[in-house]
Amino acid sequence: MKYTIQQIFQSGKFITGFSIFMTILLIVIIYPLVIPDPPLKIIAQGTFFEPGIYVNVYDSINTPFYTLNLDEAADRRIANRLGDEDRQAIKEWLVGNGMPEAEIDPANTEQLLDQWFNNFDPTVRLPGMTNADRNYYIRLNNNIQGLLNTSGAVIAELDEETAVLTEKATVPQSAYVNVNDVPNVRVLPLGTDNFGRDVLTELVRATGVSLQIGLVAGSIATLIGLVLGLVSGYIGGFVDDTIMFVTNLFTVIPSFVLLILISFSISQEQRGATTIAVVIGFTSWVWTARAVRSQVISLRNRDHVNLSKLSGHSITHIIVRDILPYIASYVVMALILQISSGILAEAGLSILGLGPKTTDVPTLGLMMNWAMIYQAHILGKWWAYFPIIITIALIAFSMNLMNTGLDQVFNPALRD
Amino acid sequence: MADQRKSCLTGKGVTKEFGFGRTKTVAVDNVDFDFKEGEVISIVGESGSGKTTLAKMLLGLISVTKGDIYFQGEPRDISSQRKRRTYWTQIQAIFQDPFASYNIFNKIDSVLLDCIKMRGGARLPYEQKVEMMTEACSFVNLKFAELTNKYPFELSGGQQQRLMIARIFLLKPKVLIADEPTSMIDACSRATILDMLMSLRNEVGMTPIFITHDIGLAYYVSDTVYIMEKGKFVESGSADDVILRPQQPYTKRLINDVPKIYEEWDLSTV
Ligand SMILES: Nc1ncnc2c1ncn2[C@@H]1O[C@H](COP(=O)(O)OP(=O)(O)OP(=O)(O)O)[C@@H](O)[C@H]1O
Ligand SMILES: [Mg+2]
Repeated sequence: MKYTIQQIFQSGKFITGFSIFMTILLIVIIYPLVIPDPPLKIIAQGTFFEPGIYVNVYDSINTPFYTLNLDEAADRRIANRLGDEDRQAIKEWLVGNGMPEAEIDPANTEQLLDQWFNNFDPTVRLPGMTNADRNYYIRLNNNIQGLLNTSGAVIAELDEETAVLTEKATVPQSAYVNVNDVPNVRVLPLGTDNFGRDVLTELVRATGVSLQIGLVAGSIATLIGLVLGLVSGYIGGFVDDTIMFVTNLFTVIPSFVLLILISFSISQEQRGATTIAVVIGFTSWVWTARAVRSQVISLRNRDHVNLSKLSGHSITHIIVRDILPYIASYVVMALILQISSGILAEAGLSILGLGPKTTDVPTLGLMMNWAMIYQAHILGKWWAYFPIIITIALIAFSMNLMNTGLDQVFNPALRD
Repeated sequence: MADQRKSCLTGKGVTKEFGFGRTKTVAVDNVDFDFKEGEVISIVGESGSGKTTLAKMLLGLISVTKGDIYFQGEPRDISSQRKRRTYWTQIQAIFQDPFASYNIFNKIDSVLLDCIKMRGGARLPYEQKVEMMTEACSFVNLKFAELTNKYPFELSGGQQQRLMIARIFLLKPKVLIADEPTSMIDACSRATILDMLMSLRNEVGMTPIFITHDIGLAYYVSDTVYIMEKGKFVESGSADDVILRPQQPYTKRLINDVPKIYEEWDLSTV
């Protein structure tokens, strides 16, 4: 036993899978301790905020300023505020004004602005230009001039009664605040979702719930499959025929179809995560039962079983002590596979809108479902679905790796 | 003249079929036999002739398709777990492959303790159990103190087969079916094992039934020999009659197949 465990932990595949899985598990356990926010709390007004660090503007104003004279600051500011469309318009004007196209680089802000100020003349009317176009360029010019403005922003206070603004302070362009001084900074590493919820917090919780669903579903499926397989394989005869009849029924109807039908017949309100897990478990034991049965059949005529019979042991004793240990490794592997396929089954169900009810807890499948309904993939909001796909893939991948690793330890013939 | 000795195992029309329809094999085909108490019996046949199948039926490990088996003159009743348990206190076996005969998860101690329990010694004080196990082990030249807390697979094939005999020593059954007990071990330990089995027979007064494909071994140990071919007994009788004056061509072939050391070997028949 100890030797087997040693061997398992010498298998590279198992260790890789195990490490990935443990990392996921640790994150799921530790993250909520550090950030105890409720995962389904709507924090953002609006949908799909991009990942990033969100600094409270009001607090920043009331935080002591530091003056930093940085050369690139103005350029950066302009570069950031000058949109792609505006750059393209500038280029068109310059080209229309007779500048060779090769000399203009819309990405180089400094050069572009230089060229603009040196050449732009509001009175010039380029061929083919409408009045509206001319006004647009004049407005653009004013905007750019405004960008170059070096005076600070004024902070004013509104008098409730007289509606008069009194200047309180000016924020010069070279004023900085230290983020550490700002009391309200929120990091949203994965932005927010369509409802305005923090995707990372939601994802961590969803991973936890999905793992639980997988564990419950996998344990139920493995337990049912194991018991039925043992009984049917060892006892044989009429019992075997009956169990195999039921098993064959379940085999003929694809379990996912069954799963859909059952989930559909339970009202949305009653579909908690546990219910779904149980339903998944009850529809996916078939292959475990078949596999265990055939293993038992090959074991039950072995001489060590015969010797155990001759030693007067009861059927229960023989099943538990002489058969079960021989297939234990196999059952562990089946369990791992069942857990991972339970997680996938939940994801599949939820994508179809038949998953657990949406108000309780998030699951990986539900998150995929929300991202899909709100068209995150079409809108290019990758953070609302890509991390979830990665998580599902990582869980399935790590479990499969562990399984292959175990397989190599238990079946020496597969070792390379 | 009727045979005065008591019968221990009797069979009438015993048949075992595996599968049905076109895949049906008749492993044991309508055999009759009458094994007498105290005799050493051998069942000889080539591979696939149905020896192991017959042995398992005698042991009650597999069902009998047709026919009846009588134990000590009475129809054998093994319909419930309790009755089977009682039956197995009287009939025991040693299997062909020692490496496959033990549960690899059980220690040697538990193998032997099971036998003491089977003999009704479950409640004995532990010291007494150890004493019994030590005695059984020393009967087969093993040291219990060295075996305790070890697993059977840590022993050599010959040692494992000796442990199997120690088991029988503790169980003291009326009948012992030894299914090719020496075919997997080397010639040297083979003689030891056979000698131990014969002295065990004298010690506990049991009827040994040897199953073997080696007619020389059968001649060496047994009083009565049954020759089995394709599930049927083709010839039976005292060892001298059958082996020195064989009637059937099959028996003659079996005898000729035994390589003789002082003659040149004809490898074309091997
Ligand atoms: N469980 C089974 N199912 C189907 N056929 C079986 C089964 N057990 C034995 N047989 C068949 O019955 C026949 C007799 O087998 P058995 O094991 O009794 O032979 P044997 O005389 O013991 O041979 P060996 O000397 O090789 O051990 C063989 O043809 C075998 O294929
Ligand atoms: Mg055999």
